[in-house]
Amino acid sequence: MLRSIVGAALLLLACTAPAVWAQKTAVQSIEEYRAMLQDGNPADLFEAKGEDLWKQQRGPKAATLERCDLGKGAGVVKGAFTELPRFFADTQRVQDLESRLLSCMETLQGFNAAEIAKTPFDKGEQKTLTALATWIAAESKGMKFNLSQAHPEERTFYEVGKRLFFQRAGPHDFACATCHGQDEKRIRLQDLPNLTKNPGDGVGFAAWPAYRVSNGQMWGMQQRLNDCYRQQRFPYPGFGSDATIALSVYLGVNSQGSVSVAPAIKR
Amino acid sequence: MKTPPTPRRSRLAARAISAIRAAVASRAAVVAAVAAFTMVGCASLPGSAALDQLTDRIVKASFRDEGIVKSRVLDTDETNRLCSAADVAGKPLDEATARRLEELNLKTIQWPSDGKYLGDWKEGEKIAQNGRGLTWSDDAKTVNGGNCYNCHQLDKKEISFGTIGPSLYNYGKIRGVTDPANPDAKLMVEYTWGRIWNSKAYNACSNMPRAGHMGILNEQQVRDLVALLLDPQSPVNQ
Amino acid sequence: MADPMRIRAQVSGDKATVRVLMSHEMESGQRKDAAGNTVPAWFIQEVTASLNGKVVLSADWGPAVSKNPFLQFTVKGAKAGDKLAVTWKDTKGETRTDEATVS
Repeated sequence: MLRSIVGAALLLLACTAPAVWAQKTAVQSIEEYRAMLQDGNPADLFEAKGEDLWKQQRGPKAATLERCDLGKGAGVVKGAFTELPRFFADTQRVQDLESRLLSCMETLQGFNAAEIAKTPFDKGEQKTLTALATWIAAESKGMKFNLSQAHPEERTFYEVGKRLFFQRAGPHDFACATCHGQDEKRIRLQDLPNLTKNPGDGVGFAAWPAYRVSNGQMWGMQQRLNDCYRQQRFPYPGFGSDATIALSVYLGVNSQGSVSVAPAIKR
Repeated sequence: MKTPPTPRRSRLAARAISAIRAAVASRAAVVAAVAAFTMVGCASLPGSAALDQLTDRIVKASFRDEGIVKSRVLDTDETNRLCSAADVAGKPLDEATARRLEELNLKTIQWPSDGKYLGDWKEGEKIAQNGRGLTWSDDAKTVNGGNCYNCHQLDKKEISFGTIGPSLYNYGKIRGVTDPANPDAKLMVEYTWGRIWNSKAYNACSNMPRAGHMGILNEQQVRDLVALLLDPQSPVNQ
Repeated sequence: MADPMRIRAQVSGDKATVRVLMSHEMESGQRKDAAGNTVPAWFIQEVTASLNGKVVLSADWGPAVSKNPFLQFTVKGAKAGDKLAVTWKDTKGETRTDEATVS
């Protein structure tokens, strides 16, 4: 399969006008590299760990997470990822996957959710959250996003998320929309999906959690949003904060019907 | 002229807004605020102004200082607020407001203190390549870059360029600037300086950062970027 | 004890394609941390794969292999039900062996 990708690429190069030779080669080379990465996604390692952590007795209450309700009933994992974020009656909040896992880790296992929220990514129980999120996402791989907008707070959060998406601020006047508000744009050589609408299967919201080869890290959506805000020169968005959840509602509802490929692999 | 009676939904929304104003910016308050909207609207959504205020509350409760970045950088100016609102509404700014904002931004431009508009294009290329500065992972000593290649093509040799902004390849050549010191080139030289210093002076809702006005780049850095664009020797104009 | 490897071995005709994902930092020894100190080298040096106890592949790795390495190879004569074992040993002397059944 790899040989045919390279073959097709070479054929394309041969037919390309010299003027755009250099540009097409660069972008195409990256496409080839990405295609090569698809097999052997190290996200598998995190998936395996996450599945173990779900079933392991942990925390002060020495309990498993097997009674955690991710929105489809206690312990139901399959199909839960593609319906998040959603409103939860027990916490009276709209929650995304990672904030919901925090709630379960606190309620069922006795962990301190606020402490974990303050812990930097890739340290302590944040590693647990990432592994769990990776496995839970994998259990819905190939399914279509189907977020509820039935509850008024879910609709309110969509509107808040929309306002956040277009919020220009910081010294650079950057909003999410600055990079993700138009079709067919890229930053340096990185293609940018238009997130004001459905960007297609396996793109944008449908591609996280993902393993990033460039730094060997597994990132959930919370970390993806965090790093976007960092590059926008914004201040630090709290882990699992309402701003991050509202933004996820906006992105998720816009992706309605697209297929999730999470956990994905990125450059 | 008699004002029309306030519609019932607006009065309820106003009451909800007062309830929210009384609350402290904390997680519990935000939960209460969102719940208040739920009661007000029943099956329907709160009005746009009420949603704007809820968004402000959520922003205040969600973001915190980190490293060199203070949360007050989110207290942004009128230009950003109006342009963001226009984007949310899905309608461009009306002509009059756009002109007004452009004039406001034009007034902020600091022209070169010594009258020299062009610096060293070689330094300009380094500044254009540099994407560092002002994030919470930078420190106060970090020299800010111009971020230019993130959005623009410049030197043709650089293949890693973005397309968020127009290509600037042959910028000076296309505009017929063969000698920047020539009086004929004055308007273009000034425009180039102004565009980098404050892009919103020429396009109210431009996506481009206001490098000079917002303190991202200093006078010398802007001089070097103008040279990158207009110096006939610059690789941009080859 | 290091995290387990993920091993998949699938038969097609008289060959089996084996895919191994290893969990390892693979620190090259070239990187510097935030304080400017070199992060010490720590990487897998030896890899062996055996089919039903017989060594079919051995490899010597160096610092160029990246974090969480992925290894793929084909073995002739493998049949469904055979045992495929992979062992790695790193520069600290740590070692890990995992096994999978060829399917």
